[in-house]
Amino acid sequence: MLSKRVIPCLDVRDGRLTKGIKFKDNIDIGDPVATARTYYEEGADELVFYDITASHEGRGIMLKVVEQVARQIFIPFSVGGGIATVEQMRDVLLAGAEKVSINSPAVKDPDLISKGAAAFGSQCIVVGMDVLAVPPSDQCPSGYEIVIHGGRQRMGMDAVQWAKTAEALGAGELCVNSIDADGTKAGYELKLTRMICDAVSIPVIASGGAGTPQHMADACQEGRASAALIASIVHYGEYSIRDCKNVMKARGVKVREVW
Amino acid sequence: MLAILDYKAGNQTSVRRALDSLGIACEITADPQRIRAASGLVFPGVGAAGQAMGQLRSSGLDQALADHIAAGKPLLGICVGCQIMLDYCQENDTRTLGIVPGECRMFNPSWADEDGVPIRVPHMGWNSVRLKNPAEPLFAGIDPAAEFYFVHSYYPAPAPEYVLGTTAYGIEFCSVHGREGLWAVQFHPEKSGRPGLALLANFAAYCKEAARAQ
Repeated sequence: MLSKRVIPCLDVRDGRLTKGIKFKDNIDIGDPVATARTYYEEGADELVFYDITASHEGRGIMLKVVEQVARQIFIPFSVGGGIATVEQMRDVLLAGAEKVSINSPAVKDPDLISKGAAAFGSQCIVVGMDVLAVPPSDQCPSGYEIVIHGGRQRMGMDAVQWAKTAEALGAGELCVNSIDADGTKAGYELKLTRMICDAVSIPVIASGGAGTPQHMADACQEGRASAALIASIVHYGEYSIRDCKNVMKARGVKVREVW
Repeated sequence: MLAILDYKAGNQTSVRRALDSLGIACEITADPQRIRAASGLVFPGVGAAGQAMGQLRSSGLDQALADHIAAGKPLLGICVGCQIMLDYCQENDTRTLGIVPGECRMFNPSWADEDGVPIRVPHMGWNSVRLKNPAEPLFAGIDPAAEFYFVHSYYPAPAPEYVLGTTAYGIEFCSVHGREGLWAVQFHPEKSGRPGLALLANFAAYCKEAARAQ
């Protein structure tokens, strides 16, 4: 049976982690490559790098990071943040990432999804969605609206409808991030996760709100997500990947235990 | 020296990185002479079966592959490489290489997994392999509970005598097929952490031994 995936997310700016990551041994490191290596050793099932660099130079630095990560870790990883063209996707994939994650540019130009899927295969294309809870309306009947630019711009698009559109255009996976839950550590937005999972047949990664491993189990069981994206709960040493998986397993979630 | 078949439809570079990390000499090549000189051949592949077959035929590398097998030298097919070793693939209605009898079929999203929830397609993530023969040399020293990374929407269905290992996803499908020295795995050993690297090391050791015996 397929295991539910535990996926740490690393924010990178100009080739460095934006926040010092503190593992259980309390070593602060800003090096994304060493951090990726550590999570790989600790049993992460996959990694996500989110490039928050805006500049052209920063993008080149990110590609070097991707190359180094690909030489040192032998699990899949994806790169997201600012990828807006098929050429940029190609650069990231050739540097060694398995997948690219596209968010705002896909909302503005949905053809980017189909172009990427045609060029590299659906399995390479993750569509990231930032979602805001809103009162249900004709425009957003699900009560969830797509926002872009990190939540600053509301798009008047229904999140569930957009998930179906992204799947139809060739997305291989969706990463559904709740803007409301993000940073709260109060748990994933389970109703949203479940609605999207029930609307599509491709895998869905739950994102935003993880504060405990129990939340991750909830995302996989109640939310039916295929994977749980996590950040601060492992970055600051509160839990190891093993701790997360032990709790998930005790809750009846199938996880990968041998690595 | 291992050769990694370069037919522009693959994850050749990630396979090479994994072999490099193990200190195993290898090269990505489309040169039939280099392939003849290699002790073993890795046949990777990602994307669609139709496209992969097209690339293979137009480059003439289907012949190099056939010659390699005819010479009795070890082969490891990975993912789409594993799929197109069969006779036929439903994806793009593609006639494939026919190295191993059987066909490749699509997962049905209406099938349910063991928890009763419908499966998602593609089958993406980590899953385990039940070996027909627990002493399968390709898996020597690998914990039977180890999992491997899969990403695919079609699954191999070879003739029963070629099924070497199976994986549960809605159905129990064949995830390892072939025979000794002619192996095909549906998962990506190059992306499956230590167990995957151990499998690649086993293949390399087998190739070395086979070359010495010849």
